[in-house]
Amino acid sequence: MKKTYKIEVDCANCANLMEDAARKTAGVQSATVNFMTQKMIVEFAEGQEPKAVMENVLSACKKVEPDCEIFM
Amino acid sequence: MQELVINGLLTVVILTAVILRFFIGTRAGSGMTKKQKAMLNRILIAAAVLLGLQFLSAETFAQIDGYLFPSAGHWVRFALYLVDYFIIGYDILRKALKGILNRQVFDENFLMAVATVGAMALAVYENGDYLEAIAVMLFYQVGEWFQGYAVGKSRRNISGLMDIRPDYANVERGGRLEQVDPDEVGIGSVIVVQPGEKVPIDGIIVEGSSSLNTSALTGESLPREAKAGDEIISGCINMTGVLKIRTTKEFGESTVSKILDLVENASSRKSKSEDFISKFAKIYTPAVCYSALALAILPPFVRMLGMGLTADWGTWVYRALTFLVISCPCALVISIPLSFFAGIGGASQEGVLVKGSNYLEILSQTKVVVFDKTGTLTQGVFEVNGIHHNELEDAKLLEYAALAESASSHPISKSLQRAYGKEPDRTRVSDIQEISGNGIIAKVDGVEVAAGNDKLMKRLGIQHIDCHQTGTIIHMAINGAYAGHIVISDIVKPHSKDAISSLKAAGVEKTVMLTGDAKKVADQVAASLGIDKVYSELLPADKVSKVEELLKMKTGKAKLAFVGDGINDAPVLSRADIGVAMGAMGSDAAIEAADIVLMDDDPIKIAKAIKISRKCLRIVYQNITMALGVKFACLILGAVGIANMYLAIFADVGVMILAVLNAIRCLFVKKL
Repeated sequence: MKKTYKIEVDCANCANLMEDAARKTAGVQSATVNFMTQKMIVEFAEGQEPKAVMENVLSACKKVEPDCEIFM
Repeated sequence: MQELVINGLLTVVILTAVILRFFIGTRAGSGMTKKQKAMLNRILIAAAVLLGLQFLSAETFAQIDGYLFPSAGHWVRFALYLVDYFIIGYDILRKALKGILNRQVFDENFLMAVATVGAMALAVYENGDYLEAIAVMLFYQVGEWFQGYAVGKSRRNISGLMDIRPDYANVERGGRLEQVDPDEVGIGSVIVVQPGEKVPIDGIIVEGSSSLNTSALTGESLPREAKAGDEIISGCINMTGVLKIRTTKEFGESTVSKILDLVENASSRKSKSEDFISKFAKIYTPAVCYSALALAILPPFVRMLGMGLTADWGTWVYRALTFLVISCPCALVISIPLSFFAGIGGASQEGVLVKGSNYLEILSQTKVVVFDKTGTLTQGVFEVNGIHHNELEDAKLLEYAALAESASSHPISKSLQRAYGKEPDRTRVSDIQEISGNGIIAKVDGVEVAAGNDKLMKRLGIQHIDCHQTGTIIHMAINGAYAGHIVISDIVKPHSKDAISSLKAAGVEKTVMLTGDAKKVADQVAASLGIDKVYSELLPADKVSKVEELLKMKTGKAKLAFVGDGINDAPVLSRADIGVAMGAMGSDAAIEAADIVLMDDDPIKIAKAIKISRKCLRIVYQNITMALGVKFACLILGAVGIANMYLAIFADVGVMILAVLNAIRCLFVKKL
């Protein structure tokens, strides 16, 4: 399952870091952060509950970039 | 002298910040976020305090020495500078600390924190120049602010250009027009579009006629006429009359939603340059940090132990700190995706939809362009041009041909139907056999009719007569006897010849045309257009294998593009390095299969697309070279002690500003 989330991040390098962090989160198949459109596209692994996974994604992203925001 | 320059710069920063904060920032639509306004306040305060402290020189503070304790002035002065340092830099310090706690050590916050704290410490140690640490932090924040603002603003501008999203649909309820969310309009509802409004949903016009502006979709500036009964595509702007439209699709399935989806997700597919830069940034920052450490430690040791000189720690630590300031990779990281984004935005303005930055990159390396003939270089509208060698009357032969082909949707059979002029009575036709690449055999009124090319005649063992005219020849045999042939020809599009020559001018080395048509027709079309190589009489499957053959023949980094009209060439579109579908407005299959979609069917747009991609990639490489060049030059100058921290921060901010401005140039593609 693929979902798109609106995000807020100021710098392109931070967006790259967020993408990395999201990819490494358990339950995430693949993740792309589009800095230009301020969007995060997350593909969840089979049988994962997006809400729960996104909580972890958000906290992983906060770790690499404290100022970022993901709107769920 | 240097002090004078810095004081001057501080004044400029203060004035600019005042203008931005209190004149531009208060305007609606300035695009300044709350965070940016708060940052601007901090910059303003910090710069003003710093300038004030500069005028109260160290001597002023020396007057209060001894009031409370010895050298009190020294410490009061330090405390004031420290407060100012925290005003401008507390968030950077906090982020750097958080980064260390989270084991994300090497980011630009860490670099700036270490560099400025180090400079502060050196200043305390040498009792003097606190200005440097604070000014560097201040200018760094100014640079960051500008970058955030410029990128945010251009992001919104480009998105705005691409925004063809309709906000509402007008539905008539109880004799009154109501504005509703287009998502809520079901299939088959009637919506009203007034002059000046966007058509929100695909449909068929039931009432009214008007001129439509399709420029947002196709880049074509000439208006298109539309009347009752015509299909209408969402995203067009209704210019003159009121239209009533019966919707045929839901909003989510309409052309405008599909295109928006495509364009918005385009920059998510990253190009090789972008990948390179993000990988590079990951290595670069730690590498610079370790070199800085080495620069701070090794030379003093060598001096002490190897050469018997004094260690001179201060100088080398300072040089190492300068190193850190130069090492921020942001100019690179920001300008590359911004260039691609602007390029994609500019292209979509011209009716060229690019599905990802990677495709823009491949397109720029295209050296071989393979065209499908029908519908791409020619209009795909066939006309019956002549009927020769027939025993029967012309009309009768045409009737047989039209009926035999009545089940086919091929453009050629359509043109036969048109020439026949009547609705074919399908009940008169039976036993239809379609032989792919040959033609059709069917029974019409119980008579066996064969209609097809010379291969079909050979297959049936019927002697046929070749035609002296070029065009598609349909040989007819009735009851096994040759009954003459019908000549059908296609019209070359008006811009096809220009398109080929401008491709050549844009650096494409080879143009190839593939067609299922007869050799004679294909050769004649190719010669008139100036195409290098023609492969004719191909079955649909042959086109794929020909493209594969051509893919093997090309050398090195050269890429092959296939241009088709998106109808029945999806396999070829996906096999080529890059697939370009044209005239795709409203054709979902083509939008799916292709990497680049030309919204109108003018082949000159292919050359335009290539030129746009070249310009965009040129700018990307300029930015990479400039940013890296300046950084490395500064690193070397910093290491040998020629560049100080000011130069480092100006190089960093300056390169970033130039790179962002350069990236924006990708947007301007009108004149290419």
